[in-house]
Amino acid sequence: MKNKDPRLLLQSAPLLRQELTTPAAMKDVWIALLPASCAALWFFGLSALLILSVSIAGAVLTEWVFTDKEKRRFALSDTSAGLTGLLLGLTLPPGLPLWMAFLGGAVSIGLGKVIWGGLGTNIFNPALLGRAFLLGTFPIAMTTWGAAGGPGEFFQIHSSNLALPFMQGQYDALSAATPLGLMKFEHQSTALGALFMGNTAGSIGETSSLLLLLGGIFLLLRRSIDWRIPAAIFLTAALFSLIMFISNGDVYPSPLFTLFSGGLLLGTFFMATDPVTSPLTPKGCWIFGIGIGFLVVLIRLYGGLPEGMLYAILLMNAATPLIDRYTQPRIFGRKG
Amino acid sequence: MSNFFSLGRLFSLGNSFSHGVHPRHHKEQTENLPIQRVPFVSRYIMPLGQHIGVPAEPIVKVGDVVQRGELIARPKGFISTALHSPVTGKISDIGMHRYVDGSFKMAIEIAADPYATQQFIKIQTNSTNVRDMDIAEFIDAVQMSGIVGMGGAAFPSHVKYAIPDEQQITDLLVNGAECEPYLTNDHRLMVERPEAVLRGSEILRRQLGADRVAIGVEKNKPESITQLKKYLTTDMAIDIVPLEVKYPQGAEKMLIKSIYNKELPAGKLPRDIGIAVNNVGTIVALADYFDHGMPLIERIVTLAGPGVHEPANLIVPIGTPIRDVLDFAGGLKEQTREVISGGPMMGTPIADLDAPILKGTSGILAFTENETSRPREYPCIRCARCLEACPYFLNPSRLALLGKARLFTEMQDKYHVMDCVECGACTYACPSNIPIVQHIRTAKDNLRNRKAESH
Repeated sequence: MKNKDPRLLLQSAPLLRQELTTPAAMKDVWIALLPASCAALWFFGLSALLILSVSIAGAVLTEWVFTDKEKRRFALSDTSAGLTGLLLGLTLPPGLPLWMAFLGGAVSIGLGKVIWGGLGTNIFNPALLGRAFLLGTFPIAMTTWGAAGGPGEFFQIHSSNLALPFMQGQYDALSAATPLGLMKFEHQSTALGALFMGNTAGSIGETSSLLLLLGGIFLLLRRSIDWRIPAAIFLTAALFSLIMFISNGDVYPSPLFTLFSGGLLLGTFFMATDPVTSPLTPKGCWIFGIGIGFLVVLIRLYGGLPEGMLYAILLMNAATPLIDRYTQPRIFGRKG
Repeated sequence: MSNFFSLGRLFSLGNSFSHGVHPRHHKEQTENLPIQRVPFVSRYIMPLGQHIGVPAEPIVKVGDVVQRGELIARPKGFISTALHSPVTGKISDIGMHRYVDGSFKMAIEIAADPYATQQFIKIQTNSTNVRDMDIAEFIDAVQMSGIVGMGGAAFPSHVKYAIPDEQQITDLLVNGAECEPYLTNDHRLMVERPEAVLRGSEILRRQLGADRVAIGVEKNKPESITQLKKYLTTDMAIDIVPLEVKYPQGAEKMLIKSIYNKELPAGKLPRDIGIAVNNVGTIVALADYFDHGMPLIERIVTLAGPGVHEPANLIVPIGTPIRDVLDFAGGLKEQTREVISGGPMMGTPIADLDAPILKGTSGILAFTENETSRPREYPCIRCARCLEACPYFLNPSRLALLGKARLFTEMQDKYHVMDCVECGACTYACPSNIPIVQHIRTAKDNLRNRKAESH
């Protein structure tokens, strides 16, 4: 009788698990970025494809090099390194020399993630850290924009893309201004339709508001991201820029322009909501989002650069541990 | 996310608490199966310490002949309860026997008499009518009935009924939530014996001097609700309260919040705010005892899960080896990997199938590869799903991290780990498959041991 018993496990309860796993959550983000990535290829052609591939390669390779031999397959299986590379790539200008994009991917993972202890331990969003590094190191390459094209010009690659390592690119043919640049330096607004569709100059993945919104709504419906963060960013940025717009409509952009131009949507849905670098608690998420919404408008209107999303998120990332400490939920049956 | 999406009352989902999780309830396997009686088997094992508190003291010796329902061990001290023989037969051993967790515990073994009629002997109480008993007599009687909390904790019931003089119970809360997936034993009890549920509730309400009774039932048991309402008469001070289907709805503090919208302060007992909470199983045991003189010698057990051939709701004599109960239902499937006593969210894994059914065994569930295989553990990505699952509003993400680093004191002082009731909702919700509740259990054990050593 006894030897007929199956060998029984003694795994302790709970035995039931909800179905979502961390790699599956990452997959959701890949899917959500697909429309915006396609738009990048549509408007910026082969250059965009090369930049995305190279920055992903830089990120994945760095993760691989710095991970223990036995853990490599496992570490790469969650696809988070590739995702960081893709996100970084989407924030880069189309004419960036490829070696810079590769270096950016490597710095994102190396200084943005591995150095902290790997997935889940970093304070700053790795892709944005990589972008901040590139912006500080190669200011000209990072702020020279090419005009958006169409599928007809798919194979017209920017010559600057192919600059040799440690060489700056040749930017003769490139001189388009982004909507944010036009607004800042010439007080000239861009039509909302163009901002929506994405046929404007800008970072390769930030131009099409429509497709970014699509991806963001997908993540919200899948409950992959906390709705409070985008809600807080949108409300704060809109309110703040509305006040400024009313005070001086000739100089300051309208709230809609603020929301749909530059990296605001890409940053809101895909970087500010990165769970690792955003607060844990609901109250914390509100504070975090309000902080970003406020800082982004402040930097855009008063800063030296036209775009403020990068530093707005990084600054609030830095504040996250503190926010977490002061927004612990009130425990059931205890006073605050 | 929960305060945004689970505006329970607004969408008439039933009364509820905040946070919690929604596992599939899996009750369809057994919810419509009438309760069946398991035949008597040859051998019964009655562990002396199957309730919380001091183990009972045997009053029989090896070779004694005992009747079904006869007292075989008496309570030792107040927080202890009596044991009665579940079968007519002969005491064959008093010694160490297997317990569900694989350890050995002192137990009385009884060899059943195959020729006996198995009629139980009625317990003679001092007063023939429970209505004439005062509360002290009532508490003594309950202690001698061996009744314990039937929801799983097995805390001697009479201890709960001993209310300090300065306190007054205003409400009796009967827990028929049965929020654990798979289990249907309370449900079938409410469907098949609604009169006993109502009668037991009234007996206890009068004894405690409470004004009203609320019977809380999750809305996925509509038949329970209709049956209880059908037998409810106007002279009973009882309300049937439908509850939102959400885990852990049946946890004492959640239930109090759901029904009375009161938050029981940390470290307090329900009686401190005038509430007494009892499981429906306990209530029916009380009714059976005071109506028929039947001590706690059998209980209803749900046998279910994908590893069981014939799922069932069974009346099982306490002390029946788990193996015999499983055999009655066609045994375990070959694919079975783990057997659990209780529900899948908070139950205990069974180490040895020769261990007996206890007073607190609500279910025996068998699980296969599908439920027991674990994907690899990923690092915590701070997604905060555990925070939104925790009904106590703790920070499980932080607790797991501190637990791994063995920073137990910080877990206690800053994050109130001792408030955790180990419901497992956080671990259910974790996409990285981190055994959060296990880290918490380790921390709580360590903290308790430290406290014990320092005294």
